[in-house]
Amino acid sequence: MDGKKPVATTRTAELVMAGIFLAFGALVMWDTRRLGASWGADGPQAGYFPFYIGLMIVVSAVVTIFRALNLGERGREAFVEWGQLRMVLQVMIPTIVYVALIRNPWFSIGIYAASAIFISFFMWHLGKYRWVRILPISLGVVVFFFLMFEIWFKVPLPKGPIETVFGFN
Amino acid sequence: MEEIRSLMGGFAVAMTWVNLALMLAGVSLGVLIGVLPGLGGANGVAILLPLTFSMAQSPGGATSAIILLSCIYWGALFGGAITSILFNIPGEPWSVATTFDGYPLAQKGRAGAALTAAFTSSFVGALVAVILITFISPIIAKFALRFGPPEFFSVYLLTFSAFVGMAKGSPFKTITAMMTGFALAAVGIDTVTGQLRLTFDIVELLAGFDFLIAVIGLFGIGEILLTIEEGLEFRGAKAKLNLRVVLDTWKELPRYWKTSIRSSAVGCMMGIVPGGATPASFMAYGLAKKMSRDGEEFGTGKVEGVVAPETAAHAAGTAALLPMLTLGVPGSPTAAVLLGGLLIWGLQPGPLLFVEKPDFVWGLIASMYLGNIVGLIVVLTCVPLFASILRVPFSIIAPVILVICAIGAYTVHNSIFDVWLMIVFGILGYIFKKLDYPMAPLVLALVLGDRAEDSFRQAMLGSQGDIRVFFSNPLVGTITGLALLLLFWPLLSKAIAIARGGNGR
Repeated sequence: MDGKKPVATTRTAELVMAGIFLAFGALVMWDTRRLGASWGADGPQAGYFPFYIGLMIVVSAVVTIFRALNLGERGREAFVEWGQLRMVLQVMIPTIVYVALIRNPWFSIGIYAASAIFISFFMWHLGKYRWVRILPISLGVVVFFFLMFEIWFKVPLPKGPIETVFGFN
Repeated sequence: MEEIRSLMGGFAVAMTWVNLALMLAGVSLGVLIGVLPGLGGANGVAILLPLTFSMAQSPGGATSAIILLSCIYWGALFGGAITSILFNIPGEPWSVATTFDGYPLAQKGRAGAALTAAFTSSFVGALVAVILITFISPIIAKFALRFGPPEFFSVYLLTFSAFVGMAKGSPFKTITAMMTGFALAAVGIDTVTGQLRLTFDIVELLAGFDFLIAVIGLFGIGEILLTIEEGLEFRGAKAKLNLRVVLDTWKELPRYWKTSIRSSAVGCMMGIVPGGATPASFMAYGLAKKMSRDGEEFGTGKVEGVVAPETAAHAAGTAALLPMLTLGVPGSPTAAVLLGGLLIWGLQPGPLLFVEKPDFVWGLIASMYLGNIVGLIVVLTCVPLFASILRVPFSIIAPVILVICAIGAYTVHNSIFDVWLMIVFGILGYIFKKLDYPMAPLVLALVLGDRAEDSFRQAMLGSQGDIRVFFSNPLVGTITGLALLLLFWPLLSKAIAIARGGNGR
């Protein structure tokens, strides 16, 4: 596939983002109906301040939408190209898997083991390193973090079965 | 000379071996953070903040903790210049102007001179701002002791109006970002009525959004995504700094004393106003270009073109701490994170801090002098070391930084939900950057949201809902008026341009 082809134009991205803000502002305003957004018996009600916050989000989002519709030439520029999106996803997806590995309802391996796998994968997949380089670096970084957080600063991080074997919980 | 005596007391607090060691560690770590992509002053301090929780509990520990964190900030400010000059990559928005002449100098083989000039003028700018803080902040704090809720709210209004008025891009996007910050700050239990706001029965949202998570995600993950998009490979000039180059450059620098003074003044003035460091650096560069004898040659690699923006940016970056200390209103995202730190350690920033915790305040101010001296020495001696870090391939640096961000986000509340939130904020940061939404107003609104709302409610309560309370006396009226002027400045300046030019071109 042509890596230079745009996934979306700047105009589309502007419109989608402003639309999200519009919905968010409306949500904030809607929530204040429940709380009361006027002057209560003992002063301003809980929704008083958020109501105007939501209103300002809505108004400024509407202006941004109108501006995006009149962007002209700049609106047709690429917001992100396919090649760029692929690079971004190559970072994003492993990161999401990494966080899921740290702790999930089924099988958590803790932050240290997950970090080692994550760094190794990155170096292998994007850096095309060989395992003789990957293993010492990823393990070295993780052991350093382990010493720093668990031993020196005594800040406990999520741990998994491997740490349990060594007697850390 | 009350201030001098207080400052001497401060030096006595700051000058312990432990604190000096912390300064050295903080500055070195800060430069490292400033050099690495995806880590900057704001999120670097945010990630390390949880490590100081236990440190701040011991007696006098809060001072040590703030010394460590503020020195990370000074270090990050210095570090931004290294990437700008050697790699043409501005580490922070305010080092953009440094690349204009810094990178051409490096290409000409004068990287050493450019770096020395940048570090020295940073130091000068910071020093001027610290002197300003030393003498002005007690006066402002004393003055602000008389502030009531309406005055405080008008100061917040001024802070946020300044963002709108000085925004480079669309003022409406600035408002959107800022108000989103306020809305996120409102999530959770309302402090006055105890009602739940914007939680929609989701348990994780009960505690609200922590701005530290937002900072780590927006600035850290967002930055990494932007960097990877460009498929970036660092290709930089070689840096050699020896004593000869340093001394030669120092001999040259006094010639630019006029530029230094002008840039320091611009920096101090703009730094007190939030979001001021970036416009300050551009303004100082523009002024120097206009007023210097060889202004025509700016952009081709003039030392003076490095001196001007660096002095201003550092003066502004340092002066940003003045409103944070005296009023509890931070002038930059990093100052906001430091403010968040004070709150977590149980210190209330604002005018009362000067009365209740003089040791802490003056220890911090004294550490600003010392920290910048330590910083100058560290950067001048260790540039090759820090530059070599940028030669580590991105496929190693990037995952390590992502791991650091994840750990940082987790340690804030020991919650994995925060790590997910960090990723969401990271994606948001990526889109924000690409569509020109500013991130600093969002972060500041998230930090100040509750306090701004409280002062607004109290003011309205005091006046029984009469909005005119914000004009009820000359003081609050002036601040509110100034805020409104700044808020509508984009409109006004357009109107002036139309009136002058006829067709608005």
